[in-house]
Amino acid sequence: MKAPEFDYVRARSLEEVFALLDEYGDEARILAGGQTLLATMNMRLSEPQILVDIGGLSALKQLSVVGDVLRIGAMVTHAEIEDSTVVREHAPLLSEVAPLVAHRAIRNLGTFGGSIAFADPAAEWPCILVAMKGVVIAQGVEGQRGIPADEFFIDLYTTALRPGEIIVALDLPLKGPKSIYAFDELTRRHGDYAIVGAAITGGVSEEGFLKDARIVFLGTGNKPDRAHAVEQQLETTPLTRATAATFARALDISPGGDLYNSAETKLHLARVTLERLLSKLAQTLEVPEHG
Amino acid sequence: MAERQSIRLVVNGKSVTTTVEPRMHLIDFLRDELQIKGARVGCEHGVCGACTVRLNGQMVRGCLVLAVGAANCTVETLEGASDRGDLAALQAAFHARNALQCGFCTAGMLLAAAELIATRPDSSREEIREFMSGNYCRCTGYQAIVDAIEDVLSARSASVAGGQKC
Amino acid sequence: MLTPTKSEQRIADELRYIGAPVPRPNALRLLQGRGVYVDDIVLPRMAHVVYWRSPIAHGRITSFDASFATMMPGVIGVFGAEDIADICTPWVGTLAHLPGMKSPPQYPLARGHLCWQGEPVFAVVAETRHQAEDALAYLRIEWDELPVVANMERALDPDSPLIHPELGDNLCLTRTIDNGAVDATFASADVVVEESYRFGRHTGVTMETRSVLADFNAADHTLTVYHSHQAPHMMQDLYSRHLNLPETSVRVICKDVGGSFGIKVHSYPDDFATVALSKLLKRPIKFVADRLESFTSDVHARDHLVKARLAATKDGHILAFEIDDLTGVGPYSVYPRTSGIEGNQVLNITGGPYQHANYRARLRVVFQNKPPMSQYRGVGHPIACAVTEGIVDLAASKLGIDPLAFRKMNVMHDDTYPRTGASGIKLEGLSHDACLARIERLADYDGLRDEQRRLREDGVFRGIGIAAMVELTNPGPAFYGIGGARIAAQDGATVRLDAGGGITVMVSVGEQGQGSETIFAQIAADALSIPIERVRVITGDTSVTPYGGGTWASRGAGIGGEAVLQASNALGMQLIEFASAVHERSSEGLKLFNGQVMDAESGAFLIDLKDLASKAYFRPDTLPRDFQPELSATRHFSQRDYPFVFTNGVHVSYVEVDVDTGMVKLLKHWVVEDCGRVINPMLVDEQIRGAVVQGIGGVLFEECLYDEAGLLRNGSMADYLVPMASEMPDIEIAHVETRTKTSALGAKGAGEAGSAGAPAAVMNAINDALAPFHARVTSQPITPEKILVALGKVTPGRA
Repeated sequence: MKAPEFDYVRARSLEEVFALLDEYGDEARILAGGQTLLATMNMRLSEPQILVDIGGLSALKQLSVVGDVLRIGAMVTHAEIEDSTVVREHAPLLSEVAPLVAHRAIRNLGTFGGSIAFADPAAEWPCILVAMKGVVIAQGVEGQRGIPADEFFIDLYTTALRPGEIIVALDLPLKGPKSIYAFDELTRRHGDYAIVGAAITGGVSEEGFLKDARIVFLGTGNKPDRAHAVEQQLETTPLTRATAATFARALDISPGGDLYNSAETKLHLARVTLERLLSKLAQTLEVPEHG
Repeated sequence: MAERQSIRLVVNGKSVTTTVEPRMHLIDFLRDELQIKGARVGCEHGVCGACTVRLNGQMVRGCLVLAVGAANCTVETLEGASDRGDLAALQAAFHARNALQCGFCTAGMLLAAAELIATRPDSSREEIREFMSGNYCRCTGYQAIVDAIEDVLSARSASVAGGQKC
Repeated sequence: MLTPTKSEQRIADELRYIGAPVPRPNALRLLQGRGVYVDDIVLPRMAHVVYWRSPIAHGRITSFDASFATMMPGVIGVFGAEDIADICTPWVGTLAHLPGMKSPPQYPLARGHLCWQGEPVFAVVAETRHQAEDALAYLRIEWDELPVVANMERALDPDSPLIHPELGDNLCLTRTIDNGAVDATFASADVVVEESYRFGRHTGVTMETRSVLADFNAADHTLTVYHSHQAPHMMQDLYSRHLNLPETSVRVICKDVGGSFGIKVHSYPDDFATVALSKLLKRPIKFVADRLESFTSDVHARDHLVKARLAATKDGHILAFEIDDLTGVGPYSVYPRTSGIEGNQVLNITGGPYQHANYRARLRVVFQNKPPMSQYRGVGHPIACAVTEGIVDLAASKLGIDPLAFRKMNVMHDDTYPRTGASGIKLEGLSHDACLARIERLADYDGLRDEQRRLREDGVFRGIGIAAMVELTNPGPAFYGIGGARIAAQDGATVRLDAGGGITVMVSVGEQGQGSETIFAQIAADALSIPIERVRVITGDTSVTPYGGGTWASRGAGIGGEAVLQASNALGMQLIEFASAVHERSSEGLKLFNGQVMDAESGAFLIDLKDLASKAYFRPDTLPRDFQPELSATRHFSQRDYPFVFTNGVHVSYVEVDVDTGMVKLLKHWVVEDCGRVINPMLVDEQIRGAVVQGIGGVLFEECLYDEAGLLRNGSMADYLVPMASEMPDIEIAHVETRTKTSALGAKGAGEAGSAGAPAAVMNAINDALAPFHARVTSQPITPEKILVALGKVTPGRA
């Protein structure tokens, strides 16, 4: 399982990256953490002509509050997110999820931006980005642009990045006083890709109910799946422990099956996961100080 | 054809300057170019952990790091960490608890255990199992490994409690 | 020279090491990363071989062009079957004592007929593995596909495609046992229960993949093979015969082996091809399987469908078992141990712990276009035990009897041996009663039942699963020798006092991490009464050790250990004789103690062994004229009292099933194991734990998933699920010791007991948890989906 031959450049600037992408087109791959790319290359599933290593670009390593967002540079590692007090303060959902991403040795090198760019629907970060209404900051020769998460993930391993563009940072809204969230995933073994998982984010209304809910699933479709029907139902029907089960029945996603689980099993597990998350949130809403 | 590139890095405390093919991963570089065999190959897709080495002090999957990507970095394998005494307590505990059989996973287990002990010294037994769950072992039942790590952690907290230096 | 008779063999006056948890001396190098595995060895002019393997399950090569590949950088050559036809002969994996077994000749490289995805066909040899893999991509190969046999339940249908038309059908072996009056018993029994059990094909996934480095010396026609293997003498014999080299010209060396579990006890076509290439090219050739090719080329195991019935009286006495075992192996029976032994053992072992006189069993082993299947840790026991314990639980449940009480009533009782089981197995002495009583206390069975009851009221569903088991160990020649295989059923040890006063022990049973070398040192150190630090053990080299069988069927401690004991005792007597000659006194009153010879009665010191050695080696002029000291002794041991020495044990598994998700949490596991004398409890216990975890792999996680075209769908570490630390329970172990009288040491084997009983215990625990729902799962691995289907929460019928 030795990778095929390729050229390698450790980019010294973003301009150099764009020039190489322009020159090589499809034959170039961006090397971020390498935890996904190098595995596929060792298996000869991917044979690009050149790897452009962006690991030396310190501009991509920032992790700080910028205005009303938490800006996470594309090359920030999962481990850095896991360990960060800034993240814990401003985006605690990420702190909760980070330990579930693979294993620590992978997290020490794997990057947030790399995970978003790869767009594996079974991974945690794309789901979280959509749940948190994050924005992908992409940059190419034409300059920077922000792509809302809802528009970023298009299909399996397919994003709205244009040829010649790379992700430079991810912007996440800061946790507000009324922010509420919950996350859960089902795995056979700790650190595996989840069978299904879901993130719920939202706010708390004046009356103490969940509002502006986003419910996003991972592992069910070709991209993070929004449970729109349930979100809408939550706008009109208050969430309490007694009503939590009824929302799960309204789940409107259509998961596909995988190697070990039929589509029907996935849908069943998605419903169970949703019900449990909503129950947990309902409890939190009842007793806010235990949130 | 891809050209060999010149790299300089520090491996087990010694400076190394050489040229490598870009495609060569760090483990093949250590094993085949430098003859350091304690870095092992188990799956070459980052899952089993047999290839665990330290890169700039952190544990990584050596099969998912390119040698060119480790340029200007510090790399330490099990032999290097062992020779400078960094793993003495863990090695003694593993030996006493029989936390290894065939030894092929042991480099990964020791380096992962060392990182746990350094960064999460208050880990519970379940947390130890979770942290170590990135390293595959087929011989032991994992239990002796967990026991050995617990032994080191409790010896450490005992000596801290006793006011001694760790 | 006096040799102690068997009844005179003794362990030692004082047991300092035997029975103690001595840490392994050879673990030190492994802890520093300084073990030496085959891939660590580099020889001058060494080249690497990579195999082009069939990408399809069944087909025929129609064209082959290596011209591009041969031009690639570093490539030494591209080779096919014809290139090594004159160097290595084919083989047939059958044994005479499995009557009617058939399998066609198999070649190191396939001769155009592709029979499984992963079969080696062409070899690319290059300076580096990278270069060989690069060249692989440039081979121009075309093939026609042939119809695939990928469903073992249809392999014997009249209209099934035939893998080997010359054999007439896809049947490899069939066998039946019919003892007692089975039909009459079932017809008249008060209670009959019936169930089918499925076991998913899975594989060993050793940490170190299969590795071989073959070094043929063209000058003197000698072959040295560094092999990651369990049976060096067997491989020496095979390489010698198939490459037509005198046996004394072949040396097989097994250094550190990174896990084996039976996967590395077999011969493989790519091993033969690698060795043949070394002879052809007159240089060392290294083959190290990568992980992806391991999944399609390592031996697979445990692909079985077993239908079972049990008959009992209404007051709970088991009268009869009946099973029908269908197993789908590969397209060739594996050589030389065959692909029939696993099924054969399912027949022999089912019902093992229980009193019953009526037993009928049928085995059909059928060929499939999937990787070859053969012995893997436990070999049939995990299946036999799961079937037996599953159907026993079903009967207990139908009768309304507690499963532990049911077993206590029905096991063969401890004072009824020796006896023969209904399948014909000969049992020397087992301890089912003692083990059941012990585990009842160890696991606090009543406490678990109370907890289960309480938690059920809260909607938490826990289950307790019990599995009683028997396991064959310490085999005699009944296993292979009588079938014509040149597989040694005996082992030997040479024990030698060296000039510096140390002891060197050379043993024909080797080490793959289980601690064989340590227990041999313990035995020798106690027998000679010498500090263990002065003992060095050497294994795994056919040029150095006595001739023997190696590691398999849990025989290392029982057979290898006994040879070490007898050789040590013999050397001890020789040393006493020598000391007595030197000091001109009777040997009667002398004994060995702490590395010295002393007067047994007064305790007076006579001479240190180091000085005794110096006299023999350097100063024979000071010795009595007619006395020649011999400072080494070799003894061989074979167990000939029984076909196998059976052990027994019992497992309890405690689980919690989430009935909404089907996820199973393993809360705890207990094992009470009777393996006779325990030489090193620390080593045995971690062996048992490792085997339990492997068994858990089979019952919950591991399966090689194939599509209808016979293609593997989950052949990577990401998709094939092996047990990792987070999901494994703590495993508590206790021992009962019923020493075997077939040896002085009294040790039976213990390496496979964990994998034999764990699947049964976990499956029974899950079904116990699901009992309130009247749901059962009987197909392993038990995935969450299968539990949800059993509970009626999702519909069955997925691919």
